Amino acid sequence: MAIPGQKQLTHMEEFMEGIWKQNPVFVMVLGMCPVLAVSVSAVNALSMGVATTFVLVCSTLLVSLIRKVVPKEVRIATYIVIIATFVTIVDYLIQAISLKLYDALGAFIQLIVVNCIILGRAEAHASKNPPLRTVVNAMGMGLGFTIGLFALGSVREILGAGKLFGVSLFGPDFQPWVVMVLPPGGFFVLGTWLLLFNWLKQRKPAAAQPVEAHVHG
Amino acid sequence: MIGKPSRIELRAAPHVRRPVGVEKIMLHVVLALLPIAAFSVWQYGLSALALMATVTLACLLTERAVNRLSGTASTLSDWSATITGLLLALTLPPSFPLWMGAVAGIAAIALGKALFGGLGHNVFNPALVGRAFVQAAFPVSITTWVPAYAPGRFTSFIPTTFTLPLMTPPDISAWAKAAVDGFTGATPMARWKFENVLAAPSDFLTGAVTASAGETSALLILVCGLYLAARKFMDWRIPVAVLGAAALTAWAFHLFGPQRYPDPFFVLLSGGLMLGAVFMATDMATSPVTPKGVWIYGGLIGVVTVMIRYFGGLTEGSCTPS
Repeated sequence: MAIPGQKQLTHMEEFMEGIWKQNPVFVMVLGMCPVLAVSVSAVNALSMGVATTFVLVCSTLLVSLIRKVVPKEVRIATYIVIIATFVTIVDYLIQAISLKLYDALGAFIQLIVVNCIILGRAEAHASKNPPLRTVVNAMGMGLGFTIGLFALGSVREILGAGKLFGVSLFGPDFQPWVVMVLPPGGFFVLGTWLLLFNWLKQRKPAAAQPVEAHVHG
Repeated sequence: MIGKPSRIELRAAPHVRRPVGVEKIMLHVVLALLPIAAFSVWQYGLSALALMATVTLACLLTERAVNRLSGTASTLSDWSATITGLLLALTLPPSFPLWMGAVAGIAAIALGKALFGGLGHNVFNPALVGRAFVQAAFPVSITTWVPAYAPGRFTSFIPTTFTLPLMTPPDISAWAKAAVDGFTGATPMARWKFENVLAAPSDFLTGAVTASAGETSALLILVCGLYLAARKFMDWRIPVAVLGAAALTAWAFHLFGPQRYPDPFFVLLSGGLMLGAVFMATDMATSPVTPKGVWIYGGLIGVVTVMIRYFGGLTEGSCTPS
């Protein structure tokens, strides 16, 4: 952050931002649409996380590279075009790699375009920082998002199907908790993780952190 | 308007105007629930007893854990968690596996009560939150019924009771058929809805029907409710409004289509309506404060219950799915 008076973060701190202090899922609570919708299984959650990370890193890099030539008035439209380009690439890639996964993720791959984490990072970070710093930050954010998705996806798969990554954990007699694969289950698990995350943060005395991004969507 | 004393009072619920504490009211609700619980054990035997003990224990332990985590004084002695546990167990089928009962108890206190700030802050009845959670999680187990008055119910458990945690309970239709000849596994509500067979009103009053643990003897629930109302531990208007509105609605339907719709007595006595009207709807934190509000609230519950029963996908419209 190039705000005068504020200490410049090291690259390591910049990377850790998205994983802990400003985790997109647990702290900023951004991009809830894919988080709740595709976290039914661990594989879906991880794939979604990786796809979002790819778009996030590539688009913020490009935004950062052209940040001095884009007029302020048309910057949002420019970001959207850049993000949409990379989403299209990811869309075709997943379709080519696994059609099953593509069907499971459904419209949420295309909807990465409107994921507020990506637009938020482009606006709040990439447009003000040099490329290397931006990419490091975006990688941390993407990893933090993937961790958040995986935290939900694994719990929901374990309780909802008795499996993790499709491997049966409790044998054939397992009683699936039907609610966990339904939308309410997503909210329950997210709420429980948020509770746990906030509880952990409160235990640490130096927990007061200003939230950087204010873009919602 | 000048000169008249203002009739607007600014205050927050609950509005206890007698020198009666929450603990005393709650204790008497527990006492009023005990005969119903005892009757349930008489009907279903050891499994019902084990289920009630497990669910109540899960509720109490969760309440204690929440107290511990939030650093507040123990609230176990206000009896509210005990009521939640007992009520919740009474809405579950007697064959419900114990581990699922424990999940229901934990969900009731943690999701339904603690998250909203504890006693008096809950927006839904915690017992019903627990019930709704297991209804969505284990839809098969919660609609598996066993016959009442099965022989040997005081010496052996229903096979599903001790299902290992996280495991699917065994199929007990063969066991139920062997225990009581001609047992179909359908509750009176389901038999009316899907087979058009009406049970005799006397069966409901004595509890000789297939149902959830605590909803079978309408008469006993009424007597216990009368005790609470007489001692002013609950608002008598709520059950009267619920049952009155349900009876009126059912009567109107019966008048126009006696073939299609059952008589009002069947509606009043069957399913969880009685338990819901007396013990669930009267939950102090989630019911209105003024007499007028209470009449509207109770009336709506009654009408909506009948509407769900007649036109909804599920057989029940009140607190249990039987």
